[in-house]
Amino acid sequence: MKILNRLHWVDWLILALITGFALYIWLQIAGTLNYKWRWHLIPNYIVGWHTKREEWFANVLLQGLMVTIRITLYASILALVLGIGLGLARTSRNMTVRLLARTYVEFLRNIPPLVVIFIFFFFLSVPMIDALGLERWARAIARSENNQIWIFFFGDMRLFPQLVAGTVVLALFESAFVGEIVRAGIQSVDKGQREAARSIGMTYMQEMRYVILPQAVKKVIPPLANQFITLIKDSSIVSLISVQELTFKTLELVASTRLIFEAWLVCAGFYFIICFGLSQLFARLEK
Amino acid sequence: MTKTPVISARNLDKFYGEFHALKNLSIDVAEGERVVICGPSGSGKSTLIRCFNALEYHQSGQLIVDGIEVYEGSNEIIRLRQNVGMVFQQFNLFPHLTVLENLMIGPLKVRRVSKADAEATARRYLDRVHIPDQADKYPRQLSGGQQQRVAIARSLCMESKIILFDEPTSALDPEMINEVLDVMVELAEDGMTMVCVTHEMGFARKIADRMVFMDDGEIVEVADPETFFTAPRSERCRDFLEKVLHH
Ligand SMILES: Nc1ncnc2c1ncn2[C@@H]1O[C@H](COP(=O)(O)OP(=O)(O)OP(=O)(O)O)[C@@H](O)[C@H]1O
Ligand SMILES: [Mg+2]
Repeated sequence: MKILNRLHWVDWLILALITGFALYIWLQIAGTLNYKWRWHLIPNYIVGWHTKREEWFANVLLQGLMVTIRITLYASILALVLGIGLGLARTSRNMTVRLLARTYVEFLRNIPPLVVIFIFFFFLSVPMIDALGLERWARAIARSENNQIWIFFFGDMRLFPQLVAGTVVLALFESAFVGEIVRAGIQSVDKGQREAARSIGMTYMQEMRYVILPQAVKKVIPPLANQFITLIKDSSIVSLISVQELTFKTLELVASTRLIFEAWLVCAGFYFIICFGLSQLFARLEK
Repeated sequence: MTKTPVISARNLDKFYGEFHALKNLSIDVAEGERVVICGPSGSGKSTLIRCFNALEYHQSGQLIVDGIEVYEGSNEIIRLRQNVGMVFQQFNLFPHLTVLENLMIGPLKVRRVSKADAEATARRYLDRVHIPDQADKYPRQLSGGQQQRVAIARSLCMESKIILFDEPTSALDPEMINEVLDVMVELAEDGMTMVCVTHEMGFARKIADRMVFMDDGEIVEVADPETFFTAPRSERCRDFLEKVLHH
């Protein structure tokens, strides 16, 4: 085999070390911790069989994955809207507007994500959900008959308030990064373009809409795609505000079944497949 | 000049931070007049004509262009710019739009004429700059000379009363300079009011009603082209002409 001939002795040494380390971990788990692997239980927690209704249903892990995907998607859309506003504000000619936007961005960039999430949750999400009476409204829909569309978009409606809280919190968190990408995109457009737009009498809004943003869009799409992937991973922190996404569901599963290693490995696998798959896809689309 | 000036600058001062870019500068441009401005690099030529369409603002003095007083924060700036076109050294065409779209966007979005009218106007001016067959190309597919002619047509499509040129041929390969200058000569012959920063002295001699020489933020010399090229009064102007003419 060609590949074997190409391996240097250093490569062999590295391989040996890695194998040794893996073996050591394995023995630790099996021996010292006296861990019994029960992989056969895992598939059931992804897709379960409903014995009474005689049909397959998405069990905890898949449910969690669906929530992760939903929340990332909705938060991204919301963050895009907020981020474009923020990017425009960051490049505004008005100093107060620039300063406010800058403050917001710096606030988010210099506080740990976890702390940001809690602050947004308690200061914004909770009061908002209360004020809108989302809890009662969602429960009513959950009990109603024709709720398929709602379920398709939002999953279990009883958990709708948490979904909204998670989405809002993530979107606010993410908007700062989207805003910075948008700002960089706007600033990458040659300043001659603005001057040309102004010299034919365009207003600031027209200049942005017809000249600057169409050119900035091309430059911001690749970094935005990357940011979307990052958000899938970052979305796991909203498990801390009881949003029942993949990480939260895994935690629950581990607590109730003690399938510690299996569950976490599957959880990691899910994240990996989605993020790696998407990054490959985006890389291909870019060409 | 007996006509009322369309540009009237009185004692303009302009600073970039500490740097005094325009020093107590006054000039009038009459309707239909062609003024050519020249001077060494950094003398403030661009700064001056960019004040005329409010891409820059002066800090003291008074500037009235086409009956509109120019000052930062004026809400008539948009109206002013619709009447004062500008052609840049680097063309600054919109790269994401075709040539035709480049010409139509101003009339469509700013002057709000109908699409049919905008297209008719665009095609008329493309004809006038001698590239009627390039309408559907993108700017990057054109030569520099063609791009600059599109930029001139874009200005014309706004039906401006005044066109400002900031070294329109400086970024061009030598063999393309004349196709652009020819278009500008034709414009001049049609009676357009033009203020043109250029070092193309042959062109200046042909079209200028008045030559202006700037140095160090000041207007040093103003003269008709004949006097300007044969008997410049100031030392600085003589030195400058020496350099550009025997080049
Ligand atoms: N935005 C700016 N900020 C600071 N200084 C500037 C700015 N624009 C121009 N200047 C300075 O003002 C002076 C005049 O510049 P201007 O561009 O008007 O000169 P110019 O006569 O057009 O020269 P050139 O022939 O090189 O185009 C220069 O010294 C330049 O460095
Ligand atoms: Mg200049």
